[in-house]
Amino acid sequence: MSFYHELSMYQREVARLQQLEITEARIRQAIDSGSYHPEDYWVLLSPEADDYLETMAWKARELTLQHFGKTVQLFTPLYLSNYCINRCIYCGYNAGHGITRRKLTFSEVEQEGRAIAATGLKHILILTGESPKHSPVDYIKRCVTILRPYFSSVSMEVYPLSVEDYRELIEAGIDGVTLFQEVYDEMVYGQLHLAGPKRDFRFRLEAPERVGKAGGRTIGIGALLGLHDWRVEAFLTGMHANYLQQNFPGAEVSVSLPRLCPEVGGFQPISPVSERQLVQILLALRIFLPRVGITISTRERQGFREHLIGLGVTKMSAGVSTAVGGHAVHSEDDPGQFQISDRRSVAEIYRVISELGYKPIFKDWHDVG
Amino acid sequence: MEDFLEIGGVRLRSRLLVGTGKFSDYRLIPKVVTASQTEVVTVALRRVDFDNPAENMLEYLPKEVIVMPNTSGARNAEEAVRIARIARAAGCGNWVKIEVISDQRYLLPDNFETLKATEILAKEGFVVLPYMSPDLMAAKRMVDAGAAAVMPLGSPIGTNRGLKTRELIEILISEVKLPVIIDAGIGRPSQAAEAMEMGAAAVLVNTAIATAEDPVMMAEAFGQAVSAGRKAFLAGPGAIQKYAVASSPLTGFLQEIS
Repeated sequence: MSFYHELSMYQREVARLQQLEITEARIRQAIDSGSYHPEDYWVLLSPEADDYLETMAWKARELTLQHFGKTVQLFTPLYLSNYCINRCIYCGYNAGHGITRRKLTFSEVEQEGRAIAATGLKHILILTGESPKHSPVDYIKRCVTILRPYFSSVSMEVYPLSVEDYRELIEAGIDGVTLFQEVYDEMVYGQLHLAGPKRDFRFRLEAPERVGKAGGRTIGIGALLGLHDWRVEAFLTGMHANYLQQNFPGAEVSVSLPRLCPEVGGFQPISPVSERQLVQILLALRIFLPRVGITISTRERQGFREHLIGLGVTKMSAGVSTAVGGHAVHSEDDPGQFQISDRRSVAEIYRVISELGYKPIFKDWHDVG
Repeated sequence: MEDFLEIGGVRLRSRLLVGTGKFSDYRLIPKVVTASQTEVVTVALRRVDFDNPAENMLEYLPKEVIVMPNTSGARNAEEAVRIARIARAAGCGNWVKIEVISDQRYLLPDNFETLKATEILAKEGFVVLPYMSPDLMAAKRMVDAGAAAVMPLGSPIGTNRGLKTRELIEILISEVKLPVIIDAGIGRPSQAAEAMEMGAAAVLVNTAIATAEDPVMMAEAFGQAVSAGRKAFLAGPGAIQKYAVASSPLTGFLQEIS
């Protein structure tokens, strides 16, 4: 059964859970033995659980230490192209925005790759906007071929593809795929995505399972926090990750927790998520899925990001530019897809993580293809 | 009496094998090796950064230890075989710990794929140590496939829960004609000692040392526990009596009859 069908089942479940009486005993039970139990995950996300963040933090810390040790995996995004035919009202790449559009030439891709590799990073995430003309599968494939010798893992975050396309890109060297659903409520999704192929909710929702079918080694998902009721969105994201782990047991599933950031169009969050609430989501997710990868991006400010390391975060981006060509090819006029808060270099973030008593990991896969 | 563990033609004095994942700093690793007195260290090839000496775990290992690369991240036999070959070609020697995990929720090993990889790599001259679920038939097939030892899990990896699979491991120890090394789940030195008292040939520990407040001191504690447990096994502990030897025996009447 596709997650599209499971999603409507879980949405009905949310209606029931919203009536649930949440007592202190129920919360303590969920903290203690909540792994892989959806109802317990809901309890941990509840307003009532807010008073128990400290206890949740101890449990989350213990689980993270147990499964991931004192390590944090580092990676950086590489933006290939910002041409986009979608109109997503919260995104800086919105086709309606009069920003400078750019696409890296193949020699620029190599220049960017070389600059990133020189920082020591071995894992890279390539991104494009959706444009059949400027960033078709063949373009991405060629970029992967160019970047592969420089990195031990090349992942991508691009528009949703068919199983065949995913298979082709995996053969070319793509190690993992990240794709945010943005929002799991189909109606809200329709209101935020005004035009373009991205309007197809179901094709996007089922893309991570197509990656699984194509044999992808890592699958990343996420909801853009701030677009809709965050408790429900975080719950459904957890259900999606759980579904992927159960159906594709060999794949490493990761969840990103991106909070909506200011972008060039000036869109404001509909349901803002505070730092405290973001921590609650992180802790609840770690307890629900002890083995899931959790990524925190440079959207969050330095200082805050550091505090999250011991609590469940396993992957962090470093040395980030969200501008096309931002690593080596000059492009000061590009405002990027969104504003980032943590602009520190790889070396600086490396040092800070080490000082916290954690080992920053550059390489966590060996390309065996 | 000299007591050695022989694997792949090598005589090991220490019966503690140490894993290197999960440490907060690679500079701890040589200290852990010294404190634990281990002679075999396992390293995930996926983590070995050959391009960057400061990030290359191998650079931190004392020259005298045997490096046993592991195939962490392999989802099937084919990937495990490729990883093992890459490791050997990169100069990591010919020992390999096969780790094939196609379940990312509990990280339980896939005995079928592990067996396939063991067969292929043993033929290629590797000293193969398969990490496995403690299943007797699977273990016997690992032996036939050319494994140098078998490494059943004590409990799921990283859980520190000790010998939850005790009953099955006891059967393996009694039936398998190869060293049985308890890998995964050992969280306390007392559990390591318990495994050795049971007759395990060795134990492999990572999480319990790496995530301790003081990993070096914990490494030393594990080294001592393994050695104490081994000595206790060799010394032949007295049988544990379930019922006290009563002063008025229940079968005393038998003597009266005779």
